[in-house]
Order: sequence, then structure tokens, then C-alpha cells
Amino acid sequence: MDITFLLNEEVVSLTDVSPTTTLLDWLRDTRGMTGTKEGCNEGDCGACTVMITDATGSRALNGCILFLPQINGKRVTTVEGLAAGDGTLHPAQQAMVDLHGSQCGFCTPGFVMSMATAHLNGATDHDTQLAGNLCRCTGYAPIIRAAKAAEGQAVPQHLRSLRNGLPVPPPLRDDLLAADIVQPGHSDDLAQWYLAHPEATLIAGATDVGLWVTKQFRDLGDVAFLGQCADLRGVSETEAEIRFGAMTSMNEVEQAIAPYHPSFATMIRRYGSVQVRNAATIGGNIANGSPIGDGPPALIALGATLHLRCGDKRRAIPLEDFFIAYGKQDRAAGEFVEAISLPKQPDTLACYKLSKRFDQDISAVCGCLSITREGGMITAARLAYGGMAGTPKRASAAEAAMIGQQFNEATMQAAMTALASDFQPLSDMRASAAYRLKTAQNMILRYFHAAQGSATNVQEVSA
Amino acid sequence: MSVAKPLPHDAARLHVTGAARYVDDIPTPRGTLHLAFGLSRVAAGQITAIDLEAVKAADGVIKVMTAEDLEFDCDVSPSNHDEPLLAEGLVHYVGQPIFLVIATSHLAARKAAQLGDVTIKETTAILTIEDALAADARFEDGPRIYQKGDPDGHLPQAPRTLRGRIDMGGQEHFYLEGQAALVQPQDNGDMLVHSSTQHPTEIQHKVAHAIGRPMHAVRVETRRMGGGFGGKESQGNALAVACAVAAKATGQTCKMRYDRDDDMIITGKRHDFRVDYTVGFDATGRIQAIDFMHYTRCGWSMDLSLPVADRAMLHADNAYHLEHIRITSHRLRTNMQSATAYRGFGGPQGVLGIEKVMDQIAHDLSLDPLAVRRANYYADTETAGPDQTTPYHQTVKDCIINALTDRLAGSADYENRRAAIAQWNAQNPVLKRGIALTPVKFGISFTLTHLNQAGALVHVYQDGSIHLNHGGTEMGQGLFQKVAQVAASRFGVSLEAIKITATDTAKVPNTSATAASSGTDLNGMAVQNACDIIRDRIATHLAELYQARPDQVIFGDGMVQVGTTQISFAEAAASAYQHRISLSATGFYKTPDIEWDRIAGRGQPFFYFAYGAACTEVVLDRLTGENRILRADILHDAGASLNPALDIGQIEGGYVQGAGWLTTEELVWDASGALRTHAPSTYKIPACSDRPDVFNVALWDLPNPAQTIYRSKAVGEPPFMLGISAFMALSDAVSACGETYGDLQAPATAEGVLRAVTKARGDD
Repeated sequence: MDITFLLNEEVVSLTDVSPTTTLLDWLRDTRGMTGTKEGCNEGDCGACTVMITDATGSRALNGCILFLPQINGKRVTTVEGLAAGDGTLHPAQQAMVDLHGSQCGFCTPGFVMSMATAHLNGATDHDTQLAGNLCRCTGYAPIIRAAKAAEGQAVPQHLRSLRNGLPVPPPLRDDLLAADIVQPGHSDDLAQWYLAHPEATLIAGATDVGLWVTKQFRDLGDVAFLGQCADLRGVSETEAEIRFGAMTSMNEVEQAIAPYHPSFATMIRRYGSVQVRNAATIGGNIANGSPIGDGPPALIALGATLHLRCGDKRRAIPLEDFFIAYGKQDRAAGEFVEAISLPKQPDTLACYKLSKRFDQDISAVCGCLSITREGGMITAARLAYGGMAGTPKRASAAEAAMIGQQFNEATMQAAMTALASDFQPLSDMRASAAYRLKTAQNMILRYFHAAQGSATNVQEVSA
Repeated sequence: MSVAKPLPHDAARLHVTGAARYVDDIPTPRGTLHLAFGLSRVAAGQITAIDLEAVKAADGVIKVMTAEDLEFDCDVSPSNHDEPLLAEGLVHYVGQPIFLVIATSHLAARKAAQLGDVTIKETTAILTIEDALAADARFEDGPRIYQKGDPDGHLPQAPRTLRGRIDMGGQEHFYLEGQAALVQPQDNGDMLVHSSTQHPTEIQHKVAHAIGRPMHAVRVETRRMGGGFGGKESQGNALAVACAVAAKATGQTCKMRYDRDDDMIITGKRHDFRVDYTVGFDATGRIQAIDFMHYTRCGWSMDLSLPVADRAMLHADNAYHLEHIRITSHRLRTNMQSATAYRGFGGPQGVLGIEKVMDQIAHDLSLDPLAVRRANYYADTETAGPDQTTPYHQTVKDCIINALTDRLAGSADYENRRAAIAQWNAQNPVLKRGIALTPVKFGISFTLTHLNQAGALVHVYQDGSIHLNHGGTEMGQGLFQKVAQVAASRFGVSLEAIKITATDTAKVPNTSATAASSGTDLNGMAVQNACDIIRDRIATHLAELYQARPDQVIFGDGMVQVGTTQISFAEAAASAYQHRISLSATGFYKTPDIEWDRIAGRGQPFFYFAYGAACTEVVLDRLTGENRILRADILHDAGASLNPALDIGQIEGGYVQGAGWLTTEELVWDASGALRTHAPSTYKIPACSDRPDVFNVALWDLPNPAQTIYRSKAVGEPPFMLGISAFMALSDAVSACGETYGDLQAPATAEGVLRAVTKARGDD
């Protein structure tokens, strides 16, 4: 397909681009711009971080799993475009020099791009903003000093116009139905095209599909890029429910959910990294059917409804029914995830994400527990787990063991015992089966201790 | 003088603008070809058939080579000539290169490499310590044994004895820049090699052999690496040799870089170790006698395993004076990646062994672990007797660990915080805190004594600008800047006058690897030597010209003072040139006073010791084992620091890397011997938020008693072992969960911590 974008100050138009050429490969191999680095080629190290700007703002993204069609109509700022034309360094760059934030320097371009994007957006939660950038040399301390030092300084003139995005040429329209590689501008177009190409790969944020290409060399067949379907993106609310369009990014989900279920929002901050959450969508997180995605357990615990569309036909099902078995979902050929909605409810949700590393790690166990009490009695319980089975799944025996019982430690212990009949987890490189089961049980106890006012979160303790 | 100034890294501006060039960033000629290896999918066996038709037919493939196609001996081992570039009949690990794809692009080469059809008759793989012991699969004939005193006689007499074990995992280097090499054919079949390597001379040597030419036909240039940590001491050989062979076969420039997964699957990592111990001690925790048994899985080839295992033995004492000790070391051959150099080079494994002993003794006696550590420390210099020797009989003359510990315990408020933590733990049912203060003593010198030499080449041009070159390589540690500061100081000029240049085997020959923390010690001295030769020539010349004595010629602030005359350094250089004085010199240095017998384990392997200590506080969740570092206070000995900013950078980074080794970084091999953690998605190095919230680092800034460059001390590896305090703090927090010794093993992942908590509570 043909695309047009801004690269730093320059308009770039490319014809007949391969849908699976990554921005990183294009920058380095075709364009000869080698400032942006490849560290892992799977979106886990951040060395390839670039700033992407459109009408909705500027975001840091991993260039290694960003396909060229995804930047159509956007502005790309790379490390080569960060300093001013006269060579004056960006405040983040200057602070990194002054405060010894680089040693080997290989991760540094990615870091300064994340820092500059956060700086532009006024974000000062540096640990979160930089969780997607790995450094093996410095131990991060000088990098954080640099990020703090840059905080109050002005955004350089040449980047100010990026604040609200730039007017760039609109995406070029393809002759939709005939094409094998499409970028529909509306979900109606998508629905029609997908009916005709039911074996096609739908690409939302490409944080998973990207790896199919860069690591598994999979042939994606026909491809639709959903990034231009603005109608699929966004959060809407009624008195009774909150609805997320499938293309709503995880960062947008985090912001929208925070007032209602802060524990869910906190967990999302540990889902991938800023770069990943800027690309990843709630629809993709569900549609790919992973047993270890962190969105579904929380959404299931909240009683979410999944909205599917096939051509002009729509249906809604409880989210938990979507996951049939490992690798198998209740999705017809040509059917796609349109939205997810959840009922507004009192917040009794606690999300526990257990992984080897706090930030940017895939869960060994993700337990999302919602326990409703009236007086001292448990009247309802929804306990949903990821990482414990071939699908995200509720612990129905444990739920049954607590519903109608007093909210006390004995009840929790009974539910923990019952939970052993809910799951037969596997051992893998992330955790053993025994550890998964033990901690899934202990999460129930943690919920109880937290309700008693005990400190239960190591991330909330300071020296 | 520019030495001792906290100047930024010389390439900092290039780093932040993306202009710093790494091997994969070097513009390549048209027609450059790209390489990838086809890898073994089994851990042990005999190749019975190789069908590469699909590989050859794949898009962009120019040529495919197997061992049979190699014209010369393409060994890539740094030690034992036991690593054929491509498997010759036998395969020894999952990930071993079997064939080489030469293609028009990196992606085409990688894709084609998946298409090989290799038939292997599998044999039983040796994967565990037990497997290797049962098969007597080892390097060297039997275990290596070092002994001092009479442990067998004293162990039975000790008031108390304990037996214990610590298993510690290996560690992936995770340099952000993967392995890479670029080879350009030259006239007469000579080769110019750009390699991301800590050891250009070895690359030169290996490439020369592989193309059947003398070393003079190969020039290796290394401007910088995107991280090394020991992982680029020998592991880059295969890529450079592959590129040279392919360049010879095709006549084209050839480039190879490993995709991250390939990098982690193919290359060696830190040696994992098991340390078993029997220790006898008294009621104060003072050790009477100790018997250590080291087991390490070296992988399929020897690589650097012998000196690594030696260094583990040489650090079995850490900072403790042990009078009756035996260390037995088994270097086991297993069907895995060949474990290799990694920051500390066995030292951390030896140190963790004795620190675990201290921890267990303290638990046994219900003493503060720091009290047990202090009871066993070597005496500081002022009070040390002549009989204060290491287990390898080197006298410890430069000890400062007692004074250093006292100062750190004070600045970190250790006693009060320990009390506050106990109180906090009594009030919190789920979360438990712990604190630990642990020492480091690290021996400085290559234990292969002849490697302790370095060369330099310095030119002064007639405009007073200075070209600096030496045998050390830059991997981020700031070596180039520190050595440039030395050169600037010798000539009394500003750093702007010094041009730092890429390491180049054509400028300085026969270099040692930049390793063993020795880079600045060795190359700084060699550069000083070269600078002083030129400076003395200029001084002699100016003394003649202005009728003064050479010692009256003073260099400083960019000027040269001769009696009452002052001229600029540039004028001095121009004058020397006009009077036909040579303004170029080589420099050389060899470390004095070191000699030892590594078989007997006796002598003086080290020129001096570097010291340090860290105090870490952690919190853990006894329900899940999740844990965090809350605060770290470090006091580290860098001698008279050449550059305090760069040295503190090494300390902060070393600490976090060391803590990562012992917490989140877990290598997992499956039952078939395949590494399952071969990408950052599954192998978790510390991220930003894993660093201590409160992180206080200070330098013990007293001159090195040994005559090193400006009396500084090596700082590359020693701080890595400061991270052990995080592990010991976790053990302390585990102790708050129950009465039994939790016996924490490494890495202390959340799962590992929960296991120890369960044991401490007596629940298992």
C-alpha cells in the first residue's frame, strides 16, 4: 500500500510498502538513519523508541513492532530530530549528558525519546514513563536524575508544534474490497471487507502480531490495519455502563477506569510498558485469546460484556463465555470484537498481578477478585484468574465456598481450599504449577488482610 | 589537572543524539552480505544428514556453508581449541551453529536459517550437576583443590558445626547491543574487521587462522560496544570468523549480528554454581575451619571456565580471614551454552558462598549477621599481622574493611533501622522487611599472569593536538575518558586537545582483553609511559633551547614553562617538530609483584584488593514472595578516583546488575536442554523501578597503597558483588517470617522467596 508521513521535518511518501516492514528496519536499513537502535526486536527493551504524533497527541512507541502502514498520516520524531537545528540539545538530552545518564549509550536514544515524549506531555511519573526502556549499565539512578532535572524546562520551539499533532495529508484510500492489504477508515468498511476476507489478520496495535512477523516469520496473509477506524476507538459512558471501543489503547483504558476501579488502573500500569500500552488495544487483548492477558480477568471479575460484529450482525455475550479453550474463542469467521462494556458498580475489585519483575512482565498469575459484602456476609463473589488454565477463568468453587458466608479468615481458608479444585495450572519458565496454585489461593487471603487494613502491597512501602 | 574531575563520558553527546556509531551502524558498501547461523535443535548427538536445499532456494540466499565447506581451521575457542565454528559431526547443545547462511539481507538470512533439515541421532544429554558427576564429565582431570591450614583437624574441634548449600543461577549478560561483526576484504585477501568485542587481538588471531593467513593480514577495529560485561570477551569470535570466511568465499563485505533470541540461545552466560559447605565456628560466630565444595556447569566447551572457577575459589574468603580452609572445585562439562566471562568472573559466586555461610551461622546463633561478619573480617592494615593470609597464601596488607564497614554502618544508620524493622515486622502480618550489610574484597589482576600487560600509542601533532590510542576497549565503562584524562594531565593540556581513537590492532598489538577490571590500571599506565616519553623529549629539547635543565620545564594549563619563558603547548610541539624531535611514542606497562601457581593455589595472584560494602533494606510479601529493594547505601573503594562520576556510575550500575542476578534474573532450561528464557519477555533484568528508591553511593576516596595510575583502583567488577546485600536482606526478611532457617537460594525470584518463607514457617 501507499503511505505518507512526516519524518522529523520532512514529508515522506512511499509507494507499495510491504505491510510487515517495520518502521525500525525502514529507518535503519532503507533510510540509513541509525540513531534508533534494535535491542530485542520484540518491543521489550525500548531501544527503538520513537515519538509518534497525530491529532490525539504525541506518544512513545516501539519502532521494532510498528509496521509502516501504522504510521500513515502521522508524524514520526526520531532521535535525529530531537535536538534543535542549531545543535542545541533537548533538555532531556542535556540532562542525560550532565548527569551521566549514558554509559554504553546503546539504550540512550530510546531513553531520550521516552523522556522527551513524557516531557512534552508533562508526565513526571518517571518510573512508569521509563518502564519500557531497559538499561544494563547505569542502574537507572542517573537517568531518573536526568528526567527530574529536565522536568521544569521549556519544550524546545521546534517540538512545540507537535503538542496537538500536525496537519498531515489524510491517509490514502485503497480500493477497499478488492485489496488484500487495507486500512479501512470506518468499522463498516472493515466489517464488509472482513466478511470477504475471513482468513485475514486484523492488526490493531501489533504488539503481539508484530512478534509473529519479527520472530516467527509468519505470513500474515490478507491484512487489515484498524488504526484509522476512529469509530472503534474511545470510551463512552451511560449511567449504567462504561463502554470501550475495541481500538481503545490500554493507556486510555487505564485513564478511564481509574476513577471507578483504581486497582484495575494500577495493574494496567504494569501491563507492558508505556510504549506497549500506547499501541496495545483492549480489543486486541481480548481477541487474541491469550490465557495470560491481564485485561480479561479484571473484566470478567467486573461482569463485562463483549460486543462482536460480523458484517451487519451484532451480538453481545458475557466476556467469560468468549474463551472456550486454549486457542479457541467464540468468534465466527469474519466476526470481530467491536467493543467491551461493563456495568457500573460499587468498587470491590482488587487486581493482583504476579510476575518475576513488577514492570513490563507477563503474569505468572493474574488474580482479579471482586467480593461483595453486606454487613459481615458475602453476598456475591467474582474471582477471575489468568495464568491458571488454558483460558482466563473464574474460580467457581472458591466463589461458591464464600458466597453466603461470613467475611472472615475461616471463610477465606475454605475458599482457598476450594480453589484447588478450580484449577490445574501448568509449570513453565515463569512459575511452577505449585507456586501458581499457592499464590492464587493466597491472593484470597491477601484480599482479606487488605480489607482489615493491613499493608499488603510491597510497592506501597517506602524506606 | 584533568584527573580526579567528574567529567561526563567522552561520547555522551553522541549517545544522546543517536550519533554514536556501533558496528551495525557503520555504512556498508553496496553488495554487503548478511549472515545467520542455522542452529542445532537437540542438545547432544551425531549429525547423520544435512539437507540444505530449502535454505539454498530461499529468497536472497547467496551461499550456505557447513563445516565441510571451511577451507581452514575455524576454531573460535579462546582457550582449548574445542569450538569449531560449525558443528563437525557431533552437536553439543541446543543452539550450536551447524550451518552458515549468506544472504542479501539480515532478514533473508534469518528466515532461510529456519529452513535447514538436519538429522541428528540423539545421545543422552548431560544437563545437571548430578548427570555430569555420574558421567565424570569435566574439564581438567579431577577437581581442583586449594587448602590452607588443617580443616580436617579443626572442623571436629569446633564448638558448633553446620552444613549447608547454596545453589546460584547463571546470568545472561543482556548487553543492549547484541553481538555484531563486519568484515571488509582488502588487497591481497587481507581483512578489516569491525567487531563489537572486548578482545580485538583475539578476534585478529582467530580470523587469521580461519583464513589461513598470519595475524598481520587482519586488522581489527573496535570503537565502542553497546555493553559487554564479559559477554564480548570470547563470544564475538564466531561472528567475526564467520564474516571473514564468508567474505573470503564471496569477495564481498559481510556482516553478522545476532537477533536477540539467537544471541541468548547461542552465547554463553555467567556460570551457575552450587556451593556446599561444612563450617565449624565458636559462640561469637568466628569460623574455626571450613570446607567448601564448588560445582559449576561450564557448558559444552572450555572457553574461560578454568580461570572463572579459579577466581571463585580465590574469592571463597571474600573479606574474611579463614585459617583452616579447603576449597574443592568441580568444573563440569554439560550439554549447554558454554558458560563464559561475566563481570566478576567467578568472584561473585565465591563471595556468595561465604556470605551464605555467614548468614546461616548468624541464624544458628541468633546473632546479627553483621556481628558475625565483623567477627571474621581480615584485620585492617594498621593491626594486621604478617600471618594474615588468604586461602591461597597471599598476605592481605591493604585491608580497610573494618573502618569502611564502621563508616557505612554509621551513615546508613544500620543499628537504629534494624531495630525499627524488627518493630515494623512485629506489627505487620503480611509484609516483612529485612536489612543486611555485606562487604566486598576483590582481587585485582588477571590470574593468568602474562595478561597483565598493556600497550599504548601516542602522537603529538605539530599543532599541539594529541592522538591517543591504547589496547583497552570502550564498552560504556568510561575507560577512554579516564585514560584521556591521564594523557591530558601528563601533557598539562585540556581534554579538548586529546583525540580519543578506536581500539585498533594495527596501532597497538598483542593486547589483552579489556576485562578483569584492569582496563584503566593497565592502559592508563601504558599511556602515561608513552606520554612521559614524548613529554621528556619535548622538555629536553626546550631545556636546550632556553638553556634550562629539563626538570625546570613545567607542563600545565595548556602551557609550557621553561624558566621565565612561557609558550603554549602547541608552540612547544611545533618547536620540537622543527628541531626534528620525534613526537610519537609507544608506551608499555606490566603489573609488578604478581606470581602464583594456579594448580597449587599458592602465591600472589593479585596486585592489590578493592574493597566496598553495601547496606540494603528490602520488603517481601509472605503470601506471594514478591519483594522490593527499598534503600541501598554503598561505600566503595575506588582509591584516588580518576573520575568520581564515572566510578559512581560503575558502582550504581554494578549494584543493580548484581541485585538482578540474585533476584529476578532466572535462566530456565527445559528437560531437553533448550533454554526457555531467551528474550527480554521471559528473562527479566532489572527495570527502572527495580532500583532502590533511596540510593546513596559514596567513595572511600583514599589513595591506593599499591602504585597504580594516580593511585586509583579498578572499579569495573567489584561493585557487582555489592548486590549480594540485597539477597542477604531478603534472607533477613525471610527470617522474620518464622523460626526455621529459610535457606534462601538464588535467584530469589518471588517463587524462590515464597519457598524460603514456607520453610521458615515450618509449613513444608
